[in-house]
Formats: sequence, structure tokens, C-alpha cells
Amino acid sequence: MANTKAGKKEDGSAPTGGVPTMSADNGRRALLRNGLLGGAAFLVSQITRPFVEAYAQAPELDRPGHEHVEAHGGMTTVGTVDHARNGFDPSVILTDWDTGRSGETSDGKRLREFTLTAIDKEIEIAPGLFFPAWTYNGRVPGPTIRVTEGDRVRIHFVNGGSHPHTIHFHGIHSAEMDGVPNFGRGMINPGEGFTYEFDAFPFGSHLYHCHAIPLKRHIHKGLYGSFIVDPDPALHPEHKEAAMSRLLGAPENDRWQELVMVMNGFDTNFDDENEVYAANTIAHAYMKRPIHIERDRPVRIYLSNMVEFDLVNSFHLHANFFDYYDHGTTLTPTHRTIDTVMQCQAQRGILEFSFEGFEPGQYMFHAHQSEFAELGWMSLFEVVA
Amino acid sequence: MSERSLGMPTRARWLLAVLPLGLVVGLVWFYLATDPLEPLGASAPPVEELTVERSVIDDRGFHLHVRADGSEPMRIAQVQVDGAYWEFDLEPAGALARLESAWVHIPYPWVEGETHLVSLVTGSGLIFEHEIPVAIATPTFTLSRLLAFALLGLYVGVVPVSLGLLFYPYLKTLGARGLQFLLALTIGLLAFLLVDTLQEGLELAAAAAAAFQAQAVVWLAAALTFLGLLVAGRRSGQPRGAALAYFLALGIGLHNLGEGLAIGAAFAVGEVALGSFLVIGFTLHNITEGIGIAAPLTQRRSAFWTFVGLAALAGLPAVLGTWFGAFAYAPQWAALFLGIGAGAILQVIVEVAAYLSSLASQDERAGNWWSFTNLAGVATGIVVMYLTAFLVSV
Repeated sequence: MANTKAGKKEDGSAPTGGVPTMSADNGRRALLRNGLLGGAAFLVSQITRPFVEAYAQAPELDRPGHEHVEAHGGMTTVGTVDHARNGFDPSVILTDWDTGRSGETSDGKRLREFTLTAIDKEIEIAPGLFFPAWTYNGRVPGPTIRVTEGDRVRIHFVNGGSHPHTIHFHGIHSAEMDGVPNFGRGMINPGEGFTYEFDAFPFGSHLYHCHAIPLKRHIHKGLYGSFIVDPDPALHPEHKEAAMSRLLGAPENDRWQELVMVMNGFDTNFDDENEVYAANTIAHAYMKRPIHIERDRPVRIYLSNMVEFDLVNSFHLHANFFDYYDHGTTLTPTHRTIDTVMQCQAQRGILEFSFEGFEPGQYMFHAHQSEFAELGWMSLFEVVA
Repeated sequence: MSERSLGMPTRARWLLAVLPLGLVVGLVWFYLATDPLEPLGASAPPVEELTVERSVIDDRGFHLHVRADGSEPMRIAQVQVDGAYWEFDLEPAGALARLESAWVHIPYPWVEGETHLVSLVTGSGLIFEHEIPVAIATPTFTLSRLLAFALLGLYVGVVPVSLGLLFYPYLKTLGARGLQFLLALTIGLLAFLLVDTLQEGLELAAAAAAAFQAQAVVWLAAALTFLGLLVAGRRSGQPRGAALAYFLALGIGLHNLGEGLAIGAAFAVGEVALGSFLVIGFTLHNITEGIGIAAPLTQRRSAFWTFVGLAALAGLPAVLGTWFGAFAYAPQWAALFLGIGAGAILQVIVEVAAYLSSLASQDERAGNWWSFTNLAGVATGIVVMYLTAFLVSV
């Protein structure tokens, strides 16, 4: 990239020719080749030699002594984000499950009721950097909705924003409940509301997001969240133990350290490229406040990718490997013993791993697109014994 | 009204001036107090502008001198270098009010000879990019560098002009037609320099903070300089001979200041990849300037010191230019200087043309300024400058 750019210089000299002595050689050679003014060139180069040398030697002294530069600590955003003003905290979002209000339907099913309100809200996505977001319940990502396979889910949606919105849930449901324009209730105008209702199926690590048009803008403005459907162990006798470990509230689930991460990005200057990448919105949030992990308890991450403008995102764990369940819809891993996983837009999965027996300390994880990592999607686990 | 006011007592006359002024103040107050734009729903977001006026590269990283230029104070929230968020220091810290400037210090392990891109991210997420085309350490102010740049200025300014002046004995042997050709050639070369200087000035002006309106400044500086020099030059009649030569030298000197500026600044940002080739180009280019300066002197005897003075006036500004360009560069000031230079050149064009015209009217055979000799001279001047300019593209 750098070389291509430098190569376009009008003088057509080699991009490495920043040092005058080298370029002087190039210039001289070209001149002689052209047979033009060869003698004059020699003469003048003799005259100018003291100048060229004085100049060329000088940068030697100034050459970047990398020891002067705090290279390791250098790559970061500067300052701190005011999470209180934002009204949400990425460290809290990690484990902040919303199981809704419990009730019972007339046919005896368990009913889970939620209220999601679309709110226009300016949020601080990196220190001092504000983004005019559209949010569900004032936070990005929206509440992590967590239910159990077979539950009746009822979502009361209120549009308190300035644009028509919807909620489109990933899962199996009727066309009417799909939350897309022109089908069922379609777009919900500002000030209006609608109740989406369906059975939670299949189990897995899912998503919900606004499906109003223009789609790209409605999504990357912040209208999305995780929708986790825990497996009902009774329905999976052949993998009962795995199912029990995923069921929130079960004793088998208690020993797991479960985290939810939505990989996202923000285009702040409308160039269809993201200026900030993160897991759970705030650039470098878990770099500045590493995620506390107890060494001897296994870790499960519900990971999803809601980044816009880029085809894929990824998750790379340092010094360790994990098992991966694509979409979370299986109880046996779809990939075993990997340290990097790639997700397309809206793809998600469950990661399971453990630091058992590891040396306590800080372990990195980040997108293995260097660009994303350098623009904020870079994090740390703080493993404690 | 005016006749009557002439007879008024002084106090009453003052009142006539104070009254409208008071009304103006009242109008501004009324505008600010009532916000007449409110019914228009004008809650447009503040327009943010940021200009990087100067960049310094050293062993501690990049240092950018930036100037805010928006309707509201703006805040540099984050800094990206080559697409990565990077540590930085603002000096002074905090938001920048309109036209306030600050240094952004970025400790970055840059790579010599490579391109780096610094992106300044404002609080609202706008990005102002500054490219460092070829990273090399910015020359710091040392005596040896000062001398090196002075030497370079001498090579591109004083030396070629002096070489051009050496044609003087030959020029004296030319007849009346030869002299006319020569003056026409001078007009041609000046025409080229005028266009070149204005173009450079406007380009630099575009790089300055918008509020300075530097492009207008270039034109205004050119116009005022032109008028000022014209009036000064004509105080004792139409300048000719040594006086005209001095005006020529001054105009060309101001142009050479611009050339020096461009060279110094280019070296400072590592963009000069031409080395001594550049010097050859400038030398050839500027020899023509020396010939032009010598042209008005051919009709009379001139002292040796006159030539020294002319060479110094036309050539030494190049030295100042290289220093200024290398050590203290700011686009708005450079644009102003080039505007002044353009005005000075225009004045000389007018004066040389007037001189040529008076010579032509004395010449019985030609009798007319619109001769092929003169046309050929102007064309030769422009073409020679254009061709030698190929050798000099900073």
C-alpha cells in the first residue's frame, strides 16, 4: 500500500528514494542515459556534493530509534469512555442476560415477555468519539434475550425513535412475525408499536436486528442484539449433559463462565468503512479493563458478528484453543481444537475452552484481521488462579 | 446635504458618523438576541474543518501542527496512524476554538522512506487525513543544515542569474532588433513565471485553513503589490536602464523566493528525489532570468557593482526561501509571498513592455511593437522556460 502510493510520485523515482543521495544517483544515471548534459550533471553534482552529503548524513542521527517509542503501548485509543453517560457498560453486557417476565400461555406453555424500545441515542464508542446511534433500550448491542427451547416468546416492540423500525428475529417462525417490510405488520412507524410472538426454536446462539430499509444503515446504527435459546435437556437425552450445561439456572451451567460478545463496527464519517471495530461496541474496552476469568472454570462465549461493510469478522484466542459450535445449534462441536474462527455477517457460534492449569496472567483475543484489531477489536482475558 | 454638513460644527459631524455605527451595533445585538434563523429550523450540525499546516518527523514520532477552522470548537478525539488507533498528546490539550492551533504529538515507530497516513478523528467521527509521502526525519535547525540550504539557494538562485548576466557583453553587440527580441524574450519568460507563481500560490492557498481565504489573499497581494510597485516605479518617470533592471531583479527575486520555498519544503518532507538533477534544472531555468535582467542595461554602460547587486536581488531570496521552506513552513504565509511575487512580476511585465514599445517607436524600420521579432521573442521566452521547467518538477 505504502509503496504503491509512493510509486505514484510524479518524478517516477523508486519509492525507496527518499534519501537524497540515492535519488541523486538515480537522477544522475537517468541523465547520463539520456546523453543530455552529462558533463554538466557531473560538474553540478561535484559542486552540490557537500550539500547532498551534509543533508544525507544528518537524518542518520535522527533515524527513528525505536527504543524511544513506546511501541507496545502505543497502539491504543487515548482516554476513557464514560459508561455511565452511555447508560451501558461493555463489562456488564458480557453477562447481562435478559430472561424477560415469566408467565404461562393458555395452553400451558412457559411464556417469556420482553419489551424492546427503539431509542435514538448518541453513544460514546471510543474515548471522546460520539456516534449518533439507534438503539434497542438505549444500548448497543441491545439486551441479550435468553430463553429456553420451546418457550413462547412475546416481544412488545415500541418505536420511540425517529424512523420506522422493525425487529427481525433469527429463528423459526411465521412470515407474519418476520419483522420485515411489507409482510405481516411490516415497518413500525415512530410512536407506534407491535408485538412479535413465536416459539423459541431451534436452540442456539441467535440474533435479532432491525430489518427496516435501508438495511445497512439501520443495522450498523446499532439496532441488533443477541438472542440465545438454551436447549431443553428433556428433548436431547443423547446429549443430556451438554444440554444441561447450557441451560441457564441448571447446576451444571453454574460452573461455566458464560460471556456474550457481539462483534460490531461503526462508520462515523459515512464512507462505508468502519472507523471503530469492537466486541460489544466500545473500542479497546476489554484491553483497558481485561475480562476476569477464573482459571479452573470452563469458559463459554456466545459470539456473533454484526459488523457492516466488511464481509467477515473473526475471533482469535491467544495461547489456547477452543471447540466451536456453528450457530450453537448442535450439542457436539462442529470444529474441534481451533484457535481462530471466521464469521460472515450475522453468523454466530458458541466457543468453549478452558484455561485450567494455565499460568495466571493476561491472554489476548482479537479479530485476526489486523485492521479490525488495530481499530479497536483487541481484548484481554485476565486469568486468575 | 454634504454642502450643509460642511458648515456644521465638529461635534455634530461626529454624530453623523456615530449614529450609523450605533445602528450597526444595535442590529448585531438584535440579531444575536432574537435568533431570526430559529424559524428556519437551522439546527445544522457544526461544520468541522481541520488543516495540518506543518508536520515534523523525528525520533520520537510525528508532530503535526493543526489548525481548527469550523463554526464551533472541535475536539480531536482519537488519532489513527496507518489505520490503527495510536497514542497521542495534544498541546495544548482540549477543544480547539475557531482558528486555534495545536500540536499533535504521536509517538510512532515510522519506517524511513515509506508512506504513512495519519487520520485525525474528531469527536463527531469526522476524519481529517494527512499523508506523509516519504517519511524522513525533518531537518532540524543546525548550522551545517542552515549552510547546506544556503548553498542550495545560491546554486538555484544567485549562480544561474549570474551566469545569465555573463551574456551581457554579447548582448551589447546586438543591434536594435536584437535588443527588441531580447526584451520580448524577457516578457515571455516573465509571463511564464507569472503563471507559475500564481499557480503555486493558489495551490498552497488551497492547503491552508479555509478561514484565511488564502486564495483571495494571493490575488489581493498580487494586485496590491503590482499597483504599489507600479506607483513607486513611476515616481520619476517610466523606469528604464538600471532602474528597470532592478525592478526585473526584484520581481524575479520574489519568484525565486517561492522556488526556494518549494525546494526547502520538499526536502523537509522528503519529497525531493531528484537530488542534484533538480539543481541542474533550476540552473538552466534561471539562466534565462539573468539574460532578461541584463537586457535593459545594453544601451548604456553599467558598473560591475550593478551586476552584483542585480544578481543578489534576484538570487538571494532563493536562500531565504529554502530556509523558510525547510524550517518554518506554513502554507498561508507561503501563499502570501507567492502572491506578492506574482504582483511584482506583473509590474515588470508592464514596464518591460512599455520600454519595448518606446524602443519600437524609435526604430524606423520596425516602427511598430507588433513585429515578428517581438512575437518570436515572447514565444522563445515562454518555450525556453517551459522546456527547462521539465527539469524542475518538485
